[in-house]
Order: sequence, then C-alpha cells, then structure tokens
Amino acid sequence: MTYETEIRADPATGPAQPLVALEGVTKRFPGVVANDAVTLEFHPGEVHALLGENGAGKSTLISMLAGVQQPDEGRILIEGVPTKITSPKHALSLGIGTVYQHRMLVPTLTVAENLQMGAPWYRRPDRAAIREKFAESCRAFGIDIDIDRVVGELSLGEQQQVEIIRALWRGGKLLVLDEPTAMLSPAGVRELGRMMGRMRDAGVSIIFITHHLSEAVEFGNRVSVLRSGRVAGAMSADEVAALTPEATRARIVDLMFGAGVEGDTKIERRARRDHGERAFEVVGLSGKSQKGDTGFSDVTFHVQEGEIFGVAGVDGNGQTPLAEAIAGQIPCQGDVLLEGRALGRADVAKRYRLGLRYATDDRLGEGTVASLPISLNMVLKQIGRPPYWRGGVQRDALIDAHAESLFEEFDVRAPSIHTPIGKLSGGNIQKVLLARELSGAAKVVVYNKPTHGLDLKNIETTRRRIRDGADNGIATVLISTDLEEILSLSDRIGVMVRGRMVGVVPNGPDARKRVGAMMAGESEE
Amino acid sequence: MSGLLTETFLAALLSGAVVAAVPLILAGLGEQMSERAGVLNIGLEGMILGGAYAGFAAAVGGWGIWGGFAAGILAGMALAMIMVVFCVRLGINQIIVGIAITLGVTGVTALLHNVYFARTYPRLPAPEKWAIPGLSQIPLIGPGLFDHHLMTYAALLAPFVLMWLYKGSFLGLNLSAAGEKPEALDAAGIDVTRTRTTGALFAGAMAGLGGAYLSEIGSGIFVPAMSHGSGFIAIVLAMLARHRPVWVMGGALLFGLCLSAATALQVGGVEIPTDFIQMLPFAMVMAVLIAFGRKARLPAALGTPYRRGQR
Repeated sequence: MTYETEIRADPATGPAQPLVALEGVTKRFPGVVANDAVTLEFHPGEVHALLGENGAGKSTLISMLAGVQQPDEGRILIEGVPTKITSPKHALSLGIGTVYQHRMLVPTLTVAENLQMGAPWYRRPDRAAIREKFAESCRAFGIDIDIDRVVGELSLGEQQQVEIIRALWRGGKLLVLDEPTAMLSPAGVRELGRMMGRMRDAGVSIIFITHHLSEAVEFGNRVSVLRSGRVAGAMSADEVAALTPEATRARIVDLMFGAGVEGDTKIERRARRDHGERAFEVVGLSGKSQKGDTGFSDVTFHVQEGEIFGVAGVDGNGQTPLAEAIAGQIPCQGDVLLEGRALGRADVAKRYRLGLRYATDDRLGEGTVASLPISLNMVLKQIGRPPYWRGGVQRDALIDAHAESLFEEFDVRAPSIHTPIGKLSGGNIQKVLLARELSGAAKVVVYNKPTHGLDLKNIETTRRRIRDGADNGIATVLISTDLEEILSLSDRIGVMVRGRMVGVVPNGPDARKRVGAMMAGESEE
Repeated sequence: MSGLLTETFLAALLSGAVVAAVPLILAGLGEQMSERAGVLNIGLEGMILGGAYAGFAAAVGGWGIWGGFAAGILAGMALAMIMVVFCVRLGINQIIVGIAITLGVTGVTALLHNVYFARTYPRLPAPEKWAIPGLSQIPLIGPGLFDHHLMTYAALLAPFVLMWLYKGSFLGLNLSAAGEKPEALDAAGIDVTRTRTTGALFAGAMAGLGGAYLSEIGSGIFVPAMSHGSGFIAIVLAMLARHRPVWVMGGALLFGLCLSAATALQVGGVEIPTDFIQMLPFAMVMAVLIAFGRKARLPAALGTPYRRGQR
C-alpha cells in the first residue's frame, strides 16, 4: 500500500493529450448492448485501472482495442487521430499490446522460442539478439527468468511476465492487461504491481483490468468503473492523487455498487417472514475442485426452512466447488448437515434421495446427457433404482408417466418427452433440470447461477420457481454472480471472496453497499 | 551354420538392412513433421502403397527410376491432399480419414495391379548402384553400407538435413506451436492451417517416395499390399523419436536389420520355420514399444482441428 504514494504521475506535468481515447464507443450484440457510449482516456505513463463485474463489458472493450472487433458507433482516437483498428496485427503496429486472461504461450517450448515466435518458417532465428533484448527487459522491469527454461515449468506469474514482455515488444505504447491478477498468488500480485510501476515510469500506458477494488486503488493512477456496458464513474489522475487511499476506496465502492443510475427501486425484495426449523447447515467445509481453480476453505452457514440464502461473489471465488461439495460431487473436509444429520460421505444419489438437490450451472455438461431423451434426463439421478428400475429392468411406462406430469407442470416446450434434451433451448433445458431437482421430496435446493445465459422470459420463470419453492418450505441456497438477482430473491446474503465466506448480512436497504464492499475486497468489520 | 558368418553373408545382411530401412526412414520423417504440426496421419500406410504402385508403374512405363520417384512423391502428396482438405480445413476426424485412405489405396492398387500387371508380372532391372570410391573398399562395411543406389544415400542424409532445418530456422518452432497450442501461433501472426498443411503434405511426399523406393529399389516388382504394415511402424517410430529426426533413422535401421536378418536366415537355410523368422521384426517392435512406449509424448493438439476463436 506504499506504492501509490511513491510513484504517481505528477498531475501538473501530466501529458495533456491521451495516447488512446475512446469517444462514445458503442458495441451491440444480438440482444445485448455490450458497450454503451463508452468514453475513456489512456495516457502515457499512467496505469488506468478498469473495474467491473462479469458482463460489465470489459472484454468487449479490450477486443475492440485489440482489433478483434469494431465498434458500431463512436470512434477510437490514437494520439488524437481517429483510427479504425482493423486486425490484431494492426493493433500491434499501432503500439497496442494485449495480454489475455488465458495463457498464450506454448508450454513445451522455451521462453526464448516463445518470444521469437511469429516469423515465417524459412527465416533464421537470431538467438543472441533475443537473449540480449530479454536480458535488457529483465533488468528494466526487475524480473529474473531463465530464457532457456521450458515455459510449462514456470509459475503462472512468471509465464505472465513473459507474456507481458512479449506484448510490450510487439506493441509497446499501450499495454492491455485483462485480469492479470486472477490466477496469481498475493506475492505474484505484488510482483506484478512492481513491474507495472516500472513500465509506467518508462512511459508505457497500461490498462489494468481487475475485479478487486483494493488492487485498483493500489496500482491505478486513474480508475474507471464499468457497469452494464456503461462507464458508471471515473476518477481522474488528479482526483486519485488528491484523495487518501481510504477516500478513493469509499468513492469507488459508491461508483461500483451505489444505487447509481438504475437505482434500487426496481428491486422487489422478498417480504420478511418467519422461517421454520434450521433445515440445512454447512460447518467448516473446505475443499478443492479437480479443475485446479480456487477451492474454498472453512465455509460455515445455515439455511432455515423456507429461507433463501444468497451466496454473492465474483465468479471463480470458490462458489462452484462449494456447491459441488455440498452435492457430493467432490471430496471435502467438514460437515454438511441435513435436518441436523451429518451426511458424511453420502454420494450424489443418496443426497438426492434424502432431499438435498443441486441445480448445476453447467446444464449441458454435468446437468444433463444431451443425447438422452427428456424423460430419462428427468430421472438421471435415480438410474438403476426403484421405482423406475426394478431388478435391473427399466420401467419405461413409469418413467414416461413421471416425465409427462413434470413436462406439464414445468411447462417444458418440446415436441415430446422423447426428444433428446440436447435439441432444446437453454431455457427449456433449465426447466427440465429444475423439474428433476424440485420433484419428489426436495428439502434443500442449491442453485448455481440459475439464470446465467437465459433470456429474459426464462429468467423470470426461473426466479419465480425459486421463490415458489422457498414459499413451499424448501431451504434454498442461491449462488449467483448477479447482485441484482441475489438482492431481489434472498433473505440473507453471504459473500464469498477467494474461497472464504467473508461475511453474512440480512437483505435490506443497505445490503447492496455492504455486500458490494465485501465483494470488492473490504472485510465486514 | 558356419556358412552364416562369412563376410559375404554379413555384408549382404547389412546391405539388406539399409535397403529395408529406407522406406521407414522416409515415411517416418514425414510422419514426424506431420505429427509435430498436429496432424496424425494414419493414412501413411496407404500413402506408401500408393507411392509404391505409382513409382513402379511409372518406371515400368518408361519414366525411368527417377521418374518413378517423382510419380511416387506426387501420388503420396495427392493422397495427403485428402487429409488436408478433410482434416486440416474441414476439421473431420483424422483417424477416420486416415483409415479410409489406407483401406481405399490397398484396394485400388490391388485392382490396378490385377488389370495391368497380373499377367505379365514385369520386373524392373536391378538398380544402378553407385559405390563410393574408397569407402566401398573397406571389408564388410564397404559393400554393406557404401554400395547403394543414390536415393539410399539421400535417405540416410535426410535426417541430418531436417535436423539442420529444424534447428536453423523457424520451421521446427512453428510446427511445434501448431501442434501444441495453435491459438498461440495464430496470435503470433502465423497461419496455422498453412503450417499444418505443410506438415501433412510433407508426410505424403515422403511416404510416397518411400513407397516408390520399396517397389523400385527394394524389390523391383509390385505386389498388392507389399508395404506390410511399414506405414504403421513408421508412425510408431515417429512417436517414439518425438522431435529427433536421427532417432527415426536409428529405429528404422534397427527394424531394417531385423527384416534383413529374417530374409537372410531363410536364405541361409536355418532350420527354423519361416513363419517364426518372419515374426522376428514385429516381435522386436513390440519389445521396443513395451520398453519405450511410456516415453512417447504426443503434441497437446494432435488430432484436434483448429478453428480461430474457439477454445
């Protein structure tokens, strides 16, 4: 936190003309406005921190700067000249280098080979030159990587440093870093901060995209907040320099989560009510998904009958592995209690029978089998068990009758119950999934991003289902990255940050700000 | 048995080993480049057979030995073009297309052979050898290694040329990137499709040339299915050798030695059933696979089509 006081572009001598400027840039996709009249400036020798949630339009913005997409309206000025960035190559030639979230290095090649890549096959690589250039960059930005090591053996942070250097070599003036801290350890983040500081001092303009408010305050000279495709607020370099870090932080929380333009009026909260018995409890649960992303540790919360417990948080902070552990899909330490009984090592099917249900966000991947008919997908978690199977024999009449009734009840739109589920739209697949998880003796239902990727009408239907279920006494856990959804449905809200549940607040008028502040990395005092 | 160890016999054994290894060296080097770029060419066997037929037919038809080699290369490349169109461009499963090529060519060449050569069984004259002055006078090794057709020497030099190319240019790097992480190569401004096409066509050309060598130099006749699985052996050699062309040659020579020994033992009148002797080279391949199979590491994107913007 000492950094911003040491190295900050002096507002008085700061350059007047931005290196790159966006003027009223709008980009539409079918059904969404990804960027809506965005106006931003990027100056040389400045780190411009860009904050925003998932779907706020950051990726679209980057892809336009990188020449992958063109704006529908508005223009991009480069050193004052309106410019059409036609291709990634063109972007590089204009001096705009981009480091994407996913690694773009070949893991089996050495650092040197990765840095050299991009010449036609008949050319001779100049190894000495690349060695010298790399050593120079290492000195300049304070990093220490052996150029002959195979990239796959480097840490993620080191790989990223190699990518940043490559982007600088190719571009050089404006460096776009798309969520560079997402996969880094705290030490890696500090190292990246130092590197950005040195590059800024060398006159590079940096766009630093992040979810984390604390990083924006620590590393940014200028901070802008994107919200649903619009610039919800911006702090100029002068403003940031004038305020204390605490004041900056408070101001940004306001910009990110404040009632702002849309306001809280749209949100209809659930009416307060008395909930029943404590139906579901998670005690000190820790685990890690096999995919190797963020795990979760020491998560404790409880849900009462008829209550909706919202789990808010930026995507990838451990929510999905938590849900998978509750459903019995991955191993974990700690206890999951259903009506006071510890479930221990009960498997997915047993938990389902006991009434603990999980509606996954990966609807086509792990939620359903695309090539099987709707009817079988409705009983997917009971395969081989009575009443639908007896003595190993599948009882089609019973399965079909069961499917027919759910088909009606959940208003699935499909030619018949024998249609392969993969042919349905996302909304209808979700209906089948909900039908399966809500049917029978559902006591506790965990929803993971239930409306993600659905259209408006299906979003409404799904939310009504969730609400109705809770009204009928189901204890509900609602995991969502959409804060509006959490605020409109939940009774209490827990916030997950980096695998920990950092706080639980009751829903109410001040919930948005409190939850927002926690999501952005503030801990609830 | 004592007659087995005469100098003439051993020289013939060695010479036979080299001749038997050449098609494997050529096809193996081609496959190696193709695999490195991410295209698994299961059709290699078919391309060898196609090259063998085309080379033989051209040589018999009066194009001469070198015209036969050219015809073999063209046939191999034409077959590889199927791979390029269906797999590299349209993204259809490489294994299926490869099997189709092998099966198709086996049938078509057998048919063509029946129509044109089955009655006459033409035979090409023994190839013109070029003994290297001086070296070929060395006892045993001289007649074994330094008294061959020019193409044999070329095949033995090919791994070194490729090694030099891989090391001294961006070729190896671009191929590796296309096979391991095509999106990174694409982002660096190099055309992935073109890089993979180069690898696939090179494999076709080399397999075709190897096939032409097999029929023109190796045996002087064409027999249906005469490649006897050498395409698959070459695929295995390429996988085990990974990025090292010289290892392909080493493996091919070892296999060639076994093939040659099998033939020599029969000629030498050893009292072992011929079926067992003929099994020898393949038993050796199995042994090698058991010993080194774990070491084979294939490129991450091998067999997967590349489309920009998909992850």
